[in-house]
Amino acid sequence: MFTTSTFAAGLPAGRPWLRYAAPQAFFPLAGKAIPWLLGAALLLAAFGLYLGLLAAPPDRVQGDAYRIIFVHVPVAWLSMLIYLAMAFWAAIGLVFNTRLSSMMASALAPSGALFTFLALWTGALWGRPTWGAWWVWDARLTSELLLLFLYLGFMALQAALDDPRRADRAGALLALAGVVNVPVIYFSVQWWNTLHQGATLSARGASMAPVMLQAMLVMTLALWAYAIAAVLQRLRGIVLKRERHTAWVQAYLKEIKETRHDLG
Amino acid sequence: MIWDDWSQFLAMGGYARYVWGSFGVVLAALALEQLALRLQRRDALNAASLAALARQAQEPLS
Repeated sequence: MFTTSTFAAGLPAGRPWLRYAAPQAFFPLAGKAIPWLLGAALLLAAFGLYLGLLAAPPDRVQGDAYRIIFVHVPVAWLSMLIYLAMAFWAAIGLVFNTRLSSMMASALAPSGALFTFLALWTGALWGRPTWGAWWVWDARLTSELLLLFLYLGFMALQAALDDPRRADRAGALLALAGVVNVPVIYFSVQWWNTLHQGATLSARGASMAPVMLQAMLVMTLALWAYAIAAVLQRLRGIVLKRERHTAWVQAYLKEIKETRHDLG
Repeated sequence: MIWDDWSQFLAMGGYARYVWGSFGVVLAALALEQLALRLQRRDALNAASLAALARQAQEPLS
């Protein structure tokens, strides 16, 4: 079992992958990546929106309502993927006692909750014109709603505990207990009879025209880039706050106070 | 471009409120998140400033 001091002891030469497990090494690296990720997200979103809203033809059955797929599927994928990432980093933090891993889990939760909300929101707006209902209590929708409650429960639990390391451990247990819900969401359209349509992408290929598929994949990349940027931004905020008593944060604070007057 | 004019584009074949309600809310949510992240950073930097002041206050005058 590693202890915190293993990582605090410095940058182990034989284990370069542990270099960025130290918050003060990770912090500037993330800061450099964020503008590039946001720029990539903007360019990809512009291209994806062009493909999805201007180039792709209407659907034979659903008309132009189907275009909701270009945001709905990317945000729904992200809502599940972020949960898996959150549970993974929470587990790493729990087992190896690495602070940054636990902070990463905390940084992922609000983004996951946001994308889950957006998946439900865009799903309701798609369900109304195609099924005639904003909401139905079927397996896919209900398990996605449970995902939102798991994220919110994780955040509420961590907010309720004053000691950050206790909050990390309690959150990790909740995140791991909830991870079983992700395959339930993913496979729900196969396991149960549901109103929700089946997967658009599968091992057999895509059930849509090439330009539609391109639009969906480009929008997915755009939202991935955005989500990674937002999580890194939030992680930097968490690191700053938790490490505010350390010399390196104080040095960083002095540096930005000298270069600009506002703290934005 | 599959649309003849912009009003046709905005009408989205009669599904305007569903399509724009989806894309619009996603965009608004991400914009609000960026705002919240800016506030979070400011809050963390203020906390770090307070920590510096507290340390200065504890140091004996020399």
